[in-house]
Amino acid sequence: MSVADFAFYAFALIVLVGGLFTVVSKHPVHSVLWLITAFIGATGLFVLLGAEFIAMLLMIVYVGAVAVLFLFVVMMLDVDFAALRAGMAEYLPIGILIGVILLMELGMIYGVWQFADGAEAARAAVTPALEQVENTAALGALIYDDYILLFQLAGLILLVAMIGAIVLTLHHRPNIKRQNVVAQMHRDPARSLELKDVKPGQGL
Amino acid sequence: MISADIHTILPEILLAAYAMAALLAAVYGGKDRLAGALTWASAAVMALLAVMVASGGPGAASAFGGSFVVDAYGRFAKVAVLLAAALVLLMGQGPLERRGLLRFEYPVLVALSVVGMMVMVSAGDLMVLYMGLELQSLALYVVAAMNRNSERSTEAGLKYFVLGALSSGLLLYGASLAYGYAGTTLFSGILGAANDGHVGLGLLVGLAFIIAGLTFKVSAVPFHMWTPDVYEGAPTPVTAFFATAPKLAAMGLLGRVLFDAFGQAVGDWRQIIALLSLLSMFLGAVAAIGQTNIKRLMAYSSIAHMGYALMGLAAGSEQGVQAMLIYMAIYLTMNIGSFAFIMAMERDGKPVTDIASLGLYGKAEPLKAYALLALMFSLAGVPPFMGFFAKFAVLKVAMLSGLAWLALAGVIASVIGAFYYLRIVYIMFFGEEGEGLETPMGPVAWLALVGSAAVMLLGVVNMFGVEGAAAAAAQALLR
Repeated sequence: MSVADFAFYAFALIVLVGGLFTVVSKHPVHSVLWLITAFIGATGLFVLLGAEFIAMLLMIVYVGAVAVLFLFVVMMLDVDFAALRAGMAEYLPIGILIGVILLMELGMIYGVWQFADGAEAARAAVTPALEQVENTAALGALIYDDYILLFQLAGLILLVAMIGAIVLTLHHRPNIKRQNVVAQMHRDPARSLELKDVKPGQGL
Repeated sequence: MISADIHTILPEILLAAYAMAALLAAVYGGKDRLAGALTWASAAVMALLAVMVASGGPGAASAFGGSFVVDAYGRFAKVAVLLAAALVLLMGQGPLERRGLLRFEYPVLVALSVVGMMVMVSAGDLMVLYMGLELQSLALYVVAAMNRNSERSTEAGLKYFVLGALSSGLLLYGASLAYGYAGTTLFSGILGAANDGHVGLGLLVGLAFIIAGLTFKVSAVPFHMWTPDVYEGAPTPVTAFFATAPKLAAMGLLGRVLFDAFGQAVGDWRQIIALLSLLSMFLGAVAAIGQTNIKRLMAYSSIAHMGYALMGLAAGSEQGVQAMLIYMAIYLTMNIGSFAFIMAMERDGKPVTDIASLGLYGKAEPLKAYALLALMFSLAGVPPFMGFFAKFAVLKVAMLSGLAWLALAGVIASVIGAFYYLRIVYIMFFGEEGEGLETPMGPVAWLALVGSAAVMLLGVVNMFGVEGAAAAAAQALLR
C-alpha cells in the first residue's frame, strides 16, 4: 500500500466517523465538533485529488467560518434538541419506508441507465488539463469568462438575501434611547451642572 | 463577443441597475418617504422595458455561449411579466400605504424578482434556469413576510421559504442527474444527447425531478400545499403579485425546459404533465367550494387554472404552447382585475377577506359589482367572456392531440368550479346583507378592475393581437 492509498483510507475514515458521530451525538456542541472533523477529513481528500483550491475553500469557509458560526449559534440559542426529536419516533417508520422505496426504485433503474454518447467527453471538455493550468487559475477563468452571467446573477441573489435580512429583522423603534455623540460633546457644563449650597444639618 | 452578449441581455441589466440605483437613492435619500415615488418609478421602468422588449424585432439571439436565449417566446413572456408586475405594483400602492406596509424595499424587491423572471424565461442552461428561479423566489419569500406584525404573514413567508427550498432541492437533484447523463447543462446539449429520438432513463429520471421542482412554483397538484396558506397570509397586494407574474414566468420556464431541453422526450413527459393537469383541475375545483376566505378561494382558483394551462403543454405541440400562452395571458388579466377589487375590500380601515361580507354589494356599488361579475363569469369560463375562449383553446388542442379524456375531465372540472365563482356573484346580488363593505380604490386600481372587465368582453373581437403574438412565440419555441 502506497502512502497515497494509506492517506486516502485515513482521510476517508475520518470523514465517515465524523459524519456518523455528527448524527448520533446527543450533545449538539459535540455534533458540530464532529462535523468540523468530517470537513477536515474531506479537505484531505480534495488535496489528494489535486484540487487544492477547493481544499483551501473548504478549510477557510466551512471550517473557519460556517462551522464556528454554527457552534456559536448552537451554544447561544439553547435549542432544545430533545423536543425537536420528540416527533421522530412517530414519523421515523414512514420516513424509512419512503426512503427504502425510493432507494429500491433507483436501484431497479440503475441497471438500465445509460450515458449519452460523448457525455464523459463533454464533461471533461470544460476544464483544461490539470498539468497545464493549476486549478485555481482554471476555476477563475471559468467563473469570470465562461460563466460571468451566472457569477453576476449569484451576486444579485446575495443582494436580495441581504435586503431581505434587513427588511425582515431591522426594527426602528422610536422610543429607544440611543447614544448621540454630537449631543454628548456639546453639553454645556453651565446648563447641566448645578451647584447647591447645602446647609449643615438640613439636607436638600 | 461580450458586447453582443450585453446587447442581448440589456433589458435585464437595465432593470437590475435600476433596482440597485433605486435602493441606493432610497437608503441615502428619504427611506420610506420615497416608497410611493419608487413604486411609480419602478412601474414606469418596467413599462418602458416592456416596450423595449416588444420592439426588439423578430428573430432569435443567444448569448453567453447559448446559456441565455432571446426569442419570440421569451419576448412574449417578458412583456406579459413586466406589464403585470407594473400594474400590480401600482394598484397595490394605495392598500399597502393605508396599512402602513409600503416600504421602499418593496418596489425594489419586486423589480429584482422580475429580473429573475426575465432570466427564467430566457434560460438556455440548467444553471441559468436555477439562478433565475432562485432570484425570483428569494425576493418573493421576503415580500410574503413583509408584514412582520402579523403572525399569518410571517408564517406565510416561512412556509413558502421552507417548501420552496425543498422544491429547489428536488430541482437541483434532477438537474445534476441531467448533467451527469447528458454531460452538459446546456439545453441544446441535453436535446442533442438523445440517440435517434430515444432519451436515456437517467435523463428521464432527472426530468421528472426537474418537473416536480418547477411545478411547485406554478402550484400544480400535488405540489400545491403552500398556495392557500401563503395567499391568505401575505398582504393582499403581495398575494396579487404572487398570483400573476411569477405564475406566467414559471409556466414559461416549464415550457422552455420541456421543449428546448427535452423536446425529444415529448411522449415521456406528456403523461406526467397530463396527470398533474388532471389533478390540479379537480382539486382546485373541489377544494375551493368550502372556502369562506376570498384569498384562499383565489388560491384554489389559481391551482385549477394552472391545471388548464398545463393541459396546453401536455398536448406537446405548437398549438398546445400557443393555447397555453393565450390561457396564461387571459389568466393574468382576469386575476389583476379580481385582485384590484380584493385588495380594496375593507371595513373601518381594516382589510376584509370574508366572502360573506360581499352580501348585496351589488346594490351599494353597481359598477364595481358588475365589473367583478364579468371577471367571475370569465374565471368560470362562461361563454361570451374571454375566460371561455381561453379554456376552449386548451380543450381543443387536448382533443386534437389525442388527450380526449383529459379534455373531458377539464370540462367536468370547469362545471364543478363554476359553482364557487357563481356563488360570489349570487352573494353580491341576491345574498344576505353583509356587515357593510367599503372598497376605496385609487384611479389605477379602478381602471384595472373596470378595464380588465371590459377586456373580458371586448377581447372577443380579436384578443387585442395576443393570439398572433402567442402563435409567433410558440413557433419560436418549437423551431
